[in-house]
Parts: sequence; C-alpha cells; structure tokens
Amino acid sequence: MREITYLQAIYEAQREEMQRDARVFIMGEDLESSVYGTTRGFTEEFGRERVRNTPLSENGFVGAAAGAAMVGLRPIVDINIASFMYVAMDQLVSIVAKATYMYGGQARVPLVIRAAMFYNGANAAQHSDRPYPMFMNMPGLKIIAPSSPYDIKGLLKTAIRDDDPVLCFEDATLWFTKEAVPEEEYLIPLGQAAVKREGRDVTVVAVAGAVRQALDAAQVLAQEGISVEVVDPRSLVPLDVATILASVEKTGRLVVVDPAHQTCSAASEIAALVAERGFWSLSAPIVRVATPDVHVPFSPPLERQLYPTSERIVAAVRQTLRESAASA
Amino acid sequence: MTPDFLLEMYRRILRIRYFDEAAVELVRQGELPGVAHTTIGQEAEVVGACMAVRVDDYMVGNHRSHGHPIGKGADMKRLMAELLGKVTGVNRGKGGSMHLADFSVGSVGETSIVGSGVPVAAGAALAARMLGTDRVCLCFFGDGATNEGAFHEGLNLAAIWKLPVIYLCENNQYAVTTPAAEVVAVRNIADRARAYDIPGVVVDGQDPVAVYEVVSEAVQRARQGLGPSLIEAKTYRYLEHAEGLPIAAQYRTAEEVAAWKARDPVVTFRQRLIQEGVATPEALDQVVAAVRAEVAEAVAYARSSPYPDPEEAFTGVYSTPVGGVR
Repeated sequence: MREITYLQAIYEAQREEMQRDARVFIMGEDLESSVYGTTRGFTEEFGRERVRNTPLSENGFVGAAAGAAMVGLRPIVDINIASFMYVAMDQLVSIVAKATYMYGGQARVPLVIRAAMFYNGANAAQHSDRPYPMFMNMPGLKIIAPSSPYDIKGLLKTAIRDDDPVLCFEDATLWFTKEAVPEEEYLIPLGQAAVKREGRDVTVVAVAGAVRQALDAAQVLAQEGISVEVVDPRSLVPLDVATILASVEKTGRLVVVDPAHQTCSAASEIAALVAERGFWSLSAPIVRVATPDVHVPFSPPLERQLYPTSERIVAAVRQTLRESAASA
Repeated sequence: MTPDFLLEMYRRILRIRYFDEAAVELVRQGELPGVAHTTIGQEAEVVGACMAVRVDDYMVGNHRSHGHPIGKGADMKRLMAELLGKVTGVNRGKGGSMHLADFSVGSVGETSIVGSGVPVAAGAALAARMLGTDRVCLCFFGDGATNEGAFHEGLNLAAIWKLPVIYLCENNQYAVTTPAAEVVAVRNIADRARAYDIPGVVVDGQDPVAVYEVVSEAVQRARQGLGPSLIEAKTYRYLEHAEGLPIAAQYRTAEEVAAWKARDPVVTFRQRLIQEGVATPEALDQVVAAVRAEVAEAVAYARSSPYPDPEEAFTGVYSTPVGGVR
C-alpha cells in the first residue's frame, strides 16, 4: 500500500469531501498559497468562493463560519496555529459551542476547525499551545486529536460530515510522519479509541503526538518482558471510556500521557474517569505524564525536556509496577 | 406604501410595546426568571427595518431583542413562553429573554455577548449567496457593540466579500449607563462605515417609515450584490437597561427622557396615520384592542404551558450525539 504523510492525509480528506459535497468550503489565512500544502491546487479546482482566503481576523471568520453553518453550509476553518484560537474565543465559546443547545435545537453547526499544535519547535510561549483540554471543558464541541496519517484522514472526513462543530487538533510534530493509507475511501467514527499495541501488564493511554512516544516506550519495555498496551483515544469528545476501562481491567495499571499542561489536562480527565469507574481493577495508583505547568520557553534545551518522552513513559510504567509490587 | 402596510407597521409597533410592557409586569411579579431588556421606546426602528426584509431573510439580534422576531412577524405566544422558561418556548426554555431564536421567521439567533452577532450575520449572508439565494441578513446591535472588535472584524469581512448584509445600529445613546458620546470616537456611528468603504446612513429611529426607506435601499443594494451597509438609527430606551436589574445611578436627566418620550412612536405614528387619512381613530383603536388581546393570549399561553421536563437539561448539547455525549 502507498504511504502518505499526515499533511498529505489532511489534503486528501479535505479534497475528497469538497469534491463529494458542494456545501463544504474552506476558509483561513493564506489558503491560496497553501503554506503547508493541505490546500494545494484547491483554488484552481474549487474556485475562490469555496477556497476563501481570510484576513487576519480569527474572531471574525470563525463567527462567519458559524453563521454560514447555521443556515446550511459546511465550513472547514483552517485557523492555522492552535494558539490563534484564543483570538476567537468569543465566537468559539459563546456561539459555536452553545448555539445548538441555547437555540433549543433549531441551529445545527456543522463546522470543522483545524488547529495545528506547533510545539517542540522553538516557537516559544505564544505559538506552542496544546489547548484541547480547555475546550473539553466546554460542552457542545466535539474534539479529535489524531496521531497518525491513517487516523487523521478517516477522522477528518467524518468530522466534515458531522452536524456538530468539531475541533481537529493536529499535532505538528507528526506532520511529516508516514503511514500506509488506502486509496479507497474509509471513515473512522468519532468516539472510538484505537488499541495501537496490545499488552498485558500496563495500559498506556496516550494523546496525539504522545502516542508515538508511548509506542517507543512499549518497545523498550518489551525487551525487559514488560507487556504494555497502548490505547489512543483519537477523539477526546466523545471519549471512548469503555475501551480504556476494558484495557485497565485487563492490565490493572494505568499511565496517561498527554502533551498538554498537566492541570485539568485530557490525562487528568481520563485518570479521573478510571479512578471513578475502574477503581477495583487497579492494582497501583494511576500516573500522569504530561507537560509541567510552566510556559513553553524558547531555548531548545529548556523546551525539549518539558513534553512527554518515551523515557518518561518508561519510568512511569516502572513506577506503576513497583507500586503494585510494593503493596502486594 | 399602502394603507394596509402602514397599518401593519402600527400593529407591529404596538405588539412590541405591549409585549414588553407585559414582560416588565411579569418580571415585577416574579413570573419571569432573570431580567428582561426591553425594546420600549425603540419599536419604530425595529419595525421599519424588519418590514423592509422578507420573512425568509435572515436576522441576527442581541440581548435586547424581544422586538426583532415580533417585528419580523413571529408568533408572540412561543416568544412569551420562552421568556417564562416554558417547554413551548421557541428555544424550548433553554435560551430565555436574551437568546431568542425563531428560525421560522429567519431569526437565526440572538446573542447576548455584545457585538458577537456581527460576524455571524456576515456568515449567514455569505451562505445565502453561496447557496444561490437572494436572501439578505439583517443584523441588529447597539451603540456599545460598535466598540467591540467583533463589530470591526465582521464589517471588514462583509465589505471585502461584498456580502448581502444590513448592519443596523440601534443607537439608544447608552451602553448600560455609559453615554455613546463619551466612548465612540466618531460623531455618528454611521461614520464608521467609511473605514470599510460601505454606505453609512443616519436615520431617525423614531420614524418607522424613514427607517423602512433607508433599510429598503440597503436591502436592494445587498440583493444586487453591491455589498453591506451600516445604518444608524437614533433612538432611545425609555426604561432601565434591564427590568429586574436595579441601577441606582442617575445617568440620564429627566429632561432628556421627557424629550424622547415626547416623540414616542406609539403616539406620533398614530397621529400621522390619522392626519394622512390612512385610518380613523376608531380603526386604530380596534388595532389597539386586537393587539392587547393577542398579548394577553400570549401571556395566558405562556402561563399555562408546562416547564420542560428536568431531563431536557441533559439533551440537545449536540445535534448528533454519539459516543455518550448528549
């Protein structure tokens, strides 16, 4: 099977959905020139009405996308870097998330907002955010955080067809990773986790780019005879709690890995859910591996150490094994 | 303008006035939860603007928007039921006074975060065009909203994309208690249109015919693909910022309030209809009686409607719930 990159998968998902449904259009900054290649040739193929270059006006164009969605179009907003979502918080929170509920079901908001998480690249505090947890705290938004080319293509296509607003957090550390992706059409439903590696001893639930570190860690630990199961939620809202709980029931130990800041992270929510619903399956305390609650510094030696790494995950897995052995 | 049309204007002005007088009474009696931002004093500009668009044109409102769907012809029973938090309300009791939406008359939602409707209206207008219709979007907001970034971003988008949207600023002179003159850098809010190279027009908001005429011209431009307009209707709210929200500050003089009330559209428009021979006082009295009965019926309907089942709170967060979300 042919292999494509994460960015190529985004390009294909958008192009196929725009070909399939004339109501789908895309808006964002610098789309015509396609800085990252995800809209390469779109203007020629779909015309400028459906490939809408916007001014630097995030609150304005997110609001316009919401308005267009409420009356029958299906916009994709490329908001570029996730940190720019803060400029549009008014529209994201007060309109996009709330319109369906607040208007008593009269409004549907079939809108996809794509946001690249541009971290671990010396872009410092204002360009390196992984802000999905703060949106998990806002009902009304569906949230995906795909970790591979195959996943992002299938999930993004589903998101574009969904009648609710979906935030697609794209991990830029994965942009150039390659994977076998079929040419034939496929969709991945929202709310279905993927068991990326099966194992017996410890469950590692990893989010977005951390999935790769978790798989690397599992490989290292396998050489010591420790069998790690890696679960990728893929979609954070809805969250496939059942798959996570089933895995913990099998292994009895949980490490949650999340590139976001630790406090109220996706990892925190997953840890809480397992503590509430899977407590009697646990034979050791849950461990979170996340980014400490400090801003992202510019200098690479300062920045690099902050995010989850396979070494930190290996240490966390060992900790759960030690603590369960100690209590046994 | 036919006599029937003018009489319909009068009818809708009265509907808004009496509807909001009833809402005030319901707040005072503790039947209307929360607070109510009334349109009393501003009815003429609302009706003049709403009657210049079609029922299938889109409309976006704000926190002070009981009058907008009424102006566009919505059923008052379901609006009043929403104000009382009843399941028969337009939003099934989930929106309330500041967030009415009635898609059946093109009201795609009122939003109480000041200025936030301006980009949404641009989007609805964009969709109207992309879907191949000649619909326009009428967007209402107050003087305070024009200091928000969302206003400027929305106007710029509408202008660069030549969107069919009519931005109607209801300048009632105060953002809560702050006079527009102190916080708006230009003399007229309509002057802000110049920054976006679109028409900016000032109109007497107490004259429904004058508002109808300028909005009609803007609608015509919009339908022809010539882009948005900014219209500033000078008007006044007679009551406090919100009924049920006590504001102790004396920020308006009695003389100022009296001067505006002397030009009350409910009175002046009636006089005009009589003077111009459109209707006799008796005929207008019949309209008054009929509208009072409609409002009484709306209140009775709202009162007798049930509250939503408590379970309702847990549904409708998503239009297509999957995977455990509701």
